[in-house]
Amino acid sequence: MYHKNKSVSAALRSFLGRMGILFLLMFVFGSTSTAHAAGQGASTDDVKQRIAPLGRVAIEGQKFIEVEPIVSAEDTVEPMAAPRPSRLDYPNIGVSSRAVVWILAQMHLFFGALVLAVPLFVLVIELMGVKTGDERYDAMAYEFMKISLTGFSITAIFGGSLALALFVLYPDFMAYMMHVFGAQWLVYAGIFFLESFFLYTYYYGWNAMRYGNLKWLHLTLGLLLNGAGMTIMVLSNSWATFMMAPSGVNEVGVVIGDIWEVMKGPLWNPINLHRFIANIAFGGAVVGAYAAFKFLSTRDPVKRAHYDWMGYTSNFIAILAFLPLPFAGYWLMAEIYAYSQQMGITAMGGILAWLFIVQAVLIGTILLAGNFYLWSGMSRTEGSVRYQPLIKYIALVLVVCFLIWVTPHTLILSASEIAELGGSHHHILGPLGIMPAKNIAVNLMLVVTFLSFQIYRRSDKVATVSWVKAGNALLVAIYMVAIVNIVFLGVYYGYFTNTVYKVGSSVAQVTSTLLVIITGIVIDSLMYKNAKTLPSHWGRIPDRSQYALFALPIAFTWLMGLMGYVRSSVKTHWHVYTVMKDNSPDNFIPTIGYAGNMITIVTVLFLLFVLFMFWVANLGATTQPKPVIAGEGGVG
Amino acid sequence: MTDLSEKDLDTHGTQEDGGRGESSTNVLGKILGFSLGLTLIFTLVTSLLPQVEGEAPVEKKVDLAALTMDDFVAMGEELFNNKGTCTLCHKPAPLGRAPDIAGMDMLATSAKRLADERYKGEVKDAEGYIRESMVDPSKYVVATWGKKGSNDTESPMPAVDKAPIQLSDMEMDAVIAYLQSKDGGEVTVKLPSPEAAAEITAAPAPAGTVAAPAANAEEALVKYACSACHSMTNKDVLVGPGLLGVGVRLSANEIRQSIIDPNAVITEGFQPAMPADFADKMTVKELEMIVKFLVEKKQ
Repeated sequence: MYHKNKSVSAALRSFLGRMGILFLLMFVFGSTSTAHAAGQGASTDDVKQRIAPLGRVAIEGQKFIEVEPIVSAEDTVEPMAAPRPSRLDYPNIGVSSRAVVWILAQMHLFFGALVLAVPLFVLVIELMGVKTGDERYDAMAYEFMKISLTGFSITAIFGGSLALALFVLYPDFMAYMMHVFGAQWLVYAGIFFLESFFLYTYYYGWNAMRYGNLKWLHLTLGLLLNGAGMTIMVLSNSWATFMMAPSGVNEVGVVIGDIWEVMKGPLWNPINLHRFIANIAFGGAVVGAYAAFKFLSTRDPVKRAHYDWMGYTSNFIAILAFLPLPFAGYWLMAEIYAYSQQMGITAMGGILAWLFIVQAVLIGTILLAGNFYLWSGMSRTEGSVRYQPLIKYIALVLVVCFLIWVTPHTLILSASEIAELGGSHHHILGPLGIMPAKNIAVNLMLVVTFLSFQIYRRSDKVATVSWVKAGNALLVAIYMVAIVNIVFLGVYYGYFTNTVYKVGSSVAQVTSTLLVIITGIVIDSLMYKNAKTLPSHWGRIPDRSQYALFALPIAFTWLMGLMGYVRSSVKTHWHVYTVMKDNSPDNFIPTIGYAGNMITIVTVLFLLFVLFMFWVANLGATTQPKPVIAGEGGVG
Repeated sequence: MTDLSEKDLDTHGTQEDGGRGESSTNVLGKILGFSLGLTLIFTLVTSLLPQVEGEAPVEKKVDLAALTMDDFVAMGEELFNNKGTCTLCHKPAPLGRAPDIAGMDMLATSAKRLADERYKGEVKDAEGYIRESMVDPSKYVVATWGKKGSNDTESPMPAVDKAPIQLSDMEMDAVIAYLQSKDGGEVTVKLPSPEAAAEITAAPAPAGTVAAPAANAEEALVKYACSACHSMTNKDVLVGPGLLGVGVRLSANEIRQSIIDPNAVITEGFQPAMPADFADKMTVKELEMIVKFLVEKKQ
């Protein structure tokens, strides 16, 4: 801030100086023109000497006289290196500063993710309503917007609180970030005005712009709302990625590039993509919980059918966005390794490695809940009996793969246990603890989850095209080849070659999984184009299935908290990796248990705020009946 | 998405409750209980795992006068496993992402690599090779361990003297001593002496780096390594006189002069060993912070 103030005061001095020069020039011009008129004989040298201190002036008919500006040592601004605060430079407020920032940042991110995602799929649903002419899509999209509207204010409140907390608790760090990003902060703030404008016109103009050309104007407002939201997200992502992998600065933190070079660090786009996809999955899961709550608490079959459909749609959005998320995660980790192998290993093989066991539990919960919901949903249609025998095999694969994923590599053992085991690793389970086994497991889990999704989609249809058998045979072949490929690559390159090939083979495994998903969607969309539709009964789903719709947002929220912990921790004891050291009392990576407690606190807080958000949304639709005053309304 | 049509409504309610819904309060209670229970399960999993804290490196003071070679080797081993972060990558197959240094004889291996035609460095002995591989790892890249696409000409290893590892010269010597001694080889690096420390601190900063100005006197004293030669806590002589109570002996002007022109007045019994270029290196603010700190050091 010191240099910032210095440059501001320098600019102010410069401005006042110029104004002074302007007044002086007016005065001198008046004088010189009088002198010029009075006596033509004055020499140029005299004039030059007389006006020199005033700077750039010209005598009529002559060129400007160049006067070197006088620069005092005080006016020169040294390039600002990253500050090196000592421990005493961090204010002590009696509680852990990191814990305060942790809670505020995580709450801001949860709500930020929600309010960025909801308008995105709302726009798609609204567009589907226009394309199909079915107004219920429009009504559902509007309801999604309604229940998340308060979320925008909550995001802003936590964002403002976070900024204030950072300025108070980490003043040197924030001074440096302000210095590095400069006017970008103002652009960021400016886009909030745009986003608010589009948000309110989009939401409050919904019914006023419902049909005809006005509907297209409304959709355009929705698109602009999403555009502003995405811009806000990528701008703020650049701060986080600058802290992880700084660019546009030299090794002591002096800014040497323009703002674009500072923003486009190696991790910026991987984080942008990862957060974009994750936000959609997260947003879908949260609004799904709303639908489940409404489904369970209503007695009206029409409403139950509506909320069943709404819950199904939310789950569809959440799982569809979730499927490609691990691939965005692969890209992010690959870029982290390419930027700094040390940082990658800190996350995946060092002190934070245990965290991935917890991640496995969370993703396992998400996949099991998502699959369970789909299987339960098959009871809506009679046609599902054709596919029900497959469910037990899918469940088996999911459970086995889940167990492989949570198998730890290193066990905490006593000396006698090590002796009994014959080493620190179990001879059969030990190999399941390392990454190749987990890569096989997670890819197979994704493949069978897609299979659940595919049979669910097929359960209320009968294909009428002539090539049904050939199409199904091709699909089965693709599944088989992909599964064999995933297992072979994992086993051969994971256990019989060195680490470099092990990492490389995971890309081919991911490609196999993606291929199954893409070809599955393409073949089914062609095969069921003019299919016969079987009866489907919305609302006919067991109540217990709705709990899967609560498990999803809880697991997603917890998972986001966990990944926030690892993303921030890989910087180890640096505010800005390799450039600005963290000398605060909290400059260590906390234990996984401490992080677990923090994540639970923020998850519960988020749950309470979400309930408040839903309650406020319903409050708007409630009207208190007029009280009956005694004596009024009697007979007579 | 599957769409909803009027005829598809299940107007008979659910199979379980025959169409009766629960009150919102009951439902809320159940879902809160379910959600909190699930959250607590996740928390429980984290508490069952090993609880390890990732501590930030702590600056340690080493009494150079009392340092033995065994201490130095032990220091090197600790640096190898902790601050140096070497074991993140250098570990046994199949977990390693770099050759398993701890499991190989580095003296014999160094000789082989120096003789290899792919070696691009300039040193001739094991000590030089190990140091070179720490500060410029691409001089020799072990086959199959190079950066992807570099055909083993570029190493993925970071230079250990740069951020984020930032080992000092002395710390790198300690690591070399450890690697030389672990297989019973002769340790050729010299133990650091106070004089050597003074020389190190007087060495110019690498080209292209600009050290950030110190924020306070303590930081400035660390930055210019004053305590490598002057004790701040007593009057013992290291290389120069101890500075406890210097504020009683010298005025602010005398202290300032002895920093910017140390050879003007030499304390009796001392050689002129203090670097004479602090006037070029220190900012005015840093100088004044140090002077004020020392003037106030009355006891």
